[in-house]
Amino acid sequence: MSANLDVMRQPLGQSPAARHVRSLDILWLVAVLGAGFGVLAAFNQHMDGYEVGILIGATLSLATFGWFWRSMQGLTLAVAVMSGIALWRYGVYFGDQLSVGLEALNAVQGKDFFLKFLVSSQSAIMWMSALYVGATFTYFLALITRAEYIGRIASALVWAATAFGLTGLMTRWRESYLIHVDYGHIPVSNLYEVFILFAVITALIYLFYEGRFRTRNLGGFVMLVISAAVGFLLWYTFDRGANHIQPLVPALNSYWMKIHVPANFVGYGAFALAAMVGVAYLIKFKLGGDGENDRLPKLAVLDDLMYKAIALGFGFFTVATILGAMWAAEAWGGYWSWDPKETWALIVWLNYAAWLHLRLTKGWRGAPMAWWAVVGLFVTTFAFLGVNMFLSGLHSYGTL
Amino acid sequence: MAFLGSMNLAIILLVAVALASVIGTVLQQNQPYGDYLMKFGPFWFEVFRTLGLYDVYSAPWFLAILGFLVISTSACVIRNAPGMLREMRDYRLHAQEKSLRSIPGHAEWQVPVSVEAAAIEGRRTLLESGFNVRETRVAEGYLIAGRKGALQRLGYIFTHVAIVIILVGGVLDSRIWLALRELKGDLVVETRPVPVSQVPPESRVPASNPSFRGNVNIPEGQQSSVLFLNVRDGYVVQELPFAIEVKDFRIEHYINGQPKSYESDLVIHDPASPNKPVAQTISVNHPLIYKGYAIYQASFGDGGSKLALRAWQLLGQSGAVQDIQGAIFQDIPFSLGGQRYTLELNDFRLFNINPVEGEGGKVEQKNFGPSMVFRIRDAAGQAREYENYMNPVVMDGRPVFISGMREQVGAPMRYLYLPADRDNRLDTFMAYYARLHDPERVARAVQAMLEEINPEAAKLPAASESIRAMVGRFVEGGYDAIGTDLEKRVPAEQLQQAFETSVRVLQTVLGRMYVELLAERGIEAPTEQDERFLADAVTAINALALYGSPIYLQMTGFEHIQASGLQVTKSPGKAVVYFGSVLLTLGVFMLFYLHPRRAWVLVRENESGARVLFATTSHRKTIDMQQAAAQLRERLELRLSGAGGHPLAADHA
Repeated sequence: MSANLDVMRQPLGQSPAARHVRSLDILWLVAVLGAGFGVLAAFNQHMDGYEVGILIGATLSLATFGWFWRSMQGLTLAVAVMSGIALWRYGVYFGDQLSVGLEALNAVQGKDFFLKFLVSSQSAIMWMSALYVGATFTYFLALITRAEYIGRIASALVWAATAFGLTGLMTRWRESYLIHVDYGHIPVSNLYEVFILFAVITALIYLFYEGRFRTRNLGGFVMLVISAAVGFLLWYTFDRGANHIQPLVPALNSYWMKIHVPANFVGYGAFALAAMVGVAYLIKFKLGGDGENDRLPKLAVLDDLMYKAIALGFGFFTVATILGAMWAAEAWGGYWSWDPKETWALIVWLNYAAWLHLRLTKGWRGAPMAWWAVVGLFVTTFAFLGVNMFLSGLHSYGTL
Repeated sequence: MAFLGSMNLAIILLVAVALASVIGTVLQQNQPYGDYLMKFGPFWFEVFRTLGLYDVYSAPWFLAILGFLVISTSACVIRNAPGMLREMRDYRLHAQEKSLRSIPGHAEWQVPVSVEAAAIEGRRTLLESGFNVRETRVAEGYLIAGRKGALQRLGYIFTHVAIVIILVGGVLDSRIWLALRELKGDLVVETRPVPVSQVPPESRVPASNPSFRGNVNIPEGQQSSVLFLNVRDGYVVQELPFAIEVKDFRIEHYINGQPKSYESDLVIHDPASPNKPVAQTISVNHPLIYKGYAIYQASFGDGGSKLALRAWQLLGQSGAVQDIQGAIFQDIPFSLGGQRYTLELNDFRLFNINPVEGEGGKVEQKNFGPSMVFRIRDAAGQAREYENYMNPVVMDGRPVFISGMREQVGAPMRYLYLPADRDNRLDTFMAYYARLHDPERVARAVQAMLEEINPEAAKLPAASESIRAMVGRFVEGGYDAIGTDLEKRVPAEQLQQAFETSVRVLQTVLGRMYVELLAERGIEAPTEQDERFLADAVTAINALALYGSPIYLQMTGFEHIQASGLQVTKSPGKAVVYFGSVLLTLGVFMLFYLHPRRAWVLVRENESGARVLFATTSHRKTIDMQQAAAQLRERLELRLSGAGGHPLAADHA
């Protein structure tokens, strides 16, 4: 076997024989399924059939995901504990009460230690922001110094940031109900909320490949795009006050939002990852390609990772676009209206379809494909942000 | 065929569709043609119109690209699918030893056991790794052939067939049926804004039209059995086989005033089942599906709300009042001062949620209450648009009646603020305004003022005359009129000073007349609030010079009648598109996450037992595949060495 494969001798969950089921895994399954069932039992009367289906699907997905990727188990536990603390603190002040109003909520957030400094959605999101940016610098420091332990710190920062981000979203979900029961909704409804989702999902996809490819040296590159998202989020918060929880516009008040939006952001996150791997590829390529004592993985490995990310993104983006079309059919009366957002989703899809055709069928590799992946991120960003900023249409709730 | 099914053509088409799609998002589609004409000018308007850029996605050239995409994709499938299906079924059981040896990464072992025993080891290894296995006898031994992930090729077929299916489904639901009617000459697009009853038969589409997507606004309590389909710069009327009645339309609001839901109570009156009208409430995201027709809550609007109006005359005999009854969509002609006008009542809004900068610069959403939009058109056909709020709105701490005005559609509104009095009414302002139009009152006030401040001048009729004229100018034309007049009479270097003096004198007169009015109303000691009223009233009178309406129209009451905006669709292609979508999803994941591989174990007897030759291939040369190949080889080696085997040769490619 040639040396360039050494980084990936230990694939995760690749072959059944390689996996040894631990008692922890069993515990994981019991806990997740139990929690899913508990939520179902507690909120059953507030959910329609579709929402029950989505809850069951989400529970099973999380259980499976954690089974094959053990790091998810720890993350889930951390998010559960931190969200639990938030719920407990809110419970101390408000009991089972909902609709306590924004003022009462803000007052409690201002005086309770845990809420003020850790787990209210706003604090958690600030922690997330700081940790992602910190991780970016740490990864680059690790890359420059070649110090293994600094890389480990960087990974830990990303895990922590992701845990805070998810906690922030979970808590925000609760807070929306605390402001007013009518306001209550899953926090994936506007640009502010989906930027958090984007950062978290991109980080998770990266962490998955970090574990699988056994290299932390790409971390800085991927964290750059996450830091950019964090930068936007902070500007959006402090300049525009976008962090205030708003009620849903009628068109968004649908169970479809719960599946359409996350599926879309797996796509966006994977495309962003591919682009940043593309950047790493191009830098390495310009610096003379593979050498003896490289920091970055071999070009072939980068190329392969880029493909994997785009394939993953393409799959989820396809599903998300189809779900979006089905939702549109229900909300707007047509599964396809050539609305700018829809059309740009199609453009993104066509772009990556062309990329995949060239790679898989024509066997294109290397720098041109890396460039294309980078350009693809600009196309994707326009579909995600630009459409809302510059074009008017049915997706107008995403406007800046 | 080779060209049509070629990858190059496919890539070109994918990129072409993407680029063409961009045009339709940059240039807003299906706007009124007048807007395009204004934007691009006559030359480019015509060029863009010819290119079909105002409705790119229905343009023949765009449909042609999509057509080519269908043909190219179909050709691709037809060309490749048979081979792929054959490949999927085939285990390659006639692989020759020589060809196995030419596969990179093959390996060979000598095992001191029978061929049968060695074959079992080979077979087990492949089965353990998830291969489907077949075996055959060959000279002096066995060939075991395995394959896995063969369904990946089905993924290829699924995705490509799915694209064709989705596009075909899309065509079924497209405007192609209308286009065919137009082509045959059965359909003429109506461009006049006329009532439905006057739309001629050639602009109507019968209910048999297989697919459509149209809109209709139905006022509460009324029904409709037609829809409107917008076509280019006009529309056609789509007939329905049933009538939709809107019993009630409701908007629910969040506590901050934002709309929470739109709902309509519908009743379907179907001649096919006259005794069983279907009643259902629809809302956004919850349409009614009736006999394959889907009825959606798309929008809402006014359904002809009844308004109680008070017209305050501004010109001539100002202060005169007339109460009138009207309804939205009604035109009311009137004449004033020998001029003929038409009042066109256009819209009524119950809520107006506007952002207001509150304390500390914090922007808050505030409800300004009901408003109406109307136009006043003069005999020459020129119109201005107004939006008047019914109730006074508190701005900068004092209540004002707000009226927006614009001279052109699409121009930003400019606002007139008329101060409300202590009773929150318009009466005091209007009474005051009327006073200023009364020459005798003005003359008396001017005379009284002169006598008080300058008894000498009071004796000169010219002084009094010129001040009265100035007041008149202000009332008719605001400060600008005074300035214009002074420019004619005063040298430039004294203009500033003359203007300031005039304004001081004017304000004194206006103040006196205001105090007089207050006194008549029993107010002897004006408060600070009354003083601010005066300042606001003077500002308003100055602004009224630009208001351009002979009346001020105040809404005093209303009966809100809403119209529910429904979208009705018949889309036979939907099921087809959804089927294609499921196929596409399955196909995409099969394509990316199944990895077709083959493996062979050839076992041949020799003098010291059996010789085992192993080789594996995958049609994608990815890192994962190389790694999986190495793993499989190691696993086989482990098994064989357990049976006492040792490697003979290996190709470490």
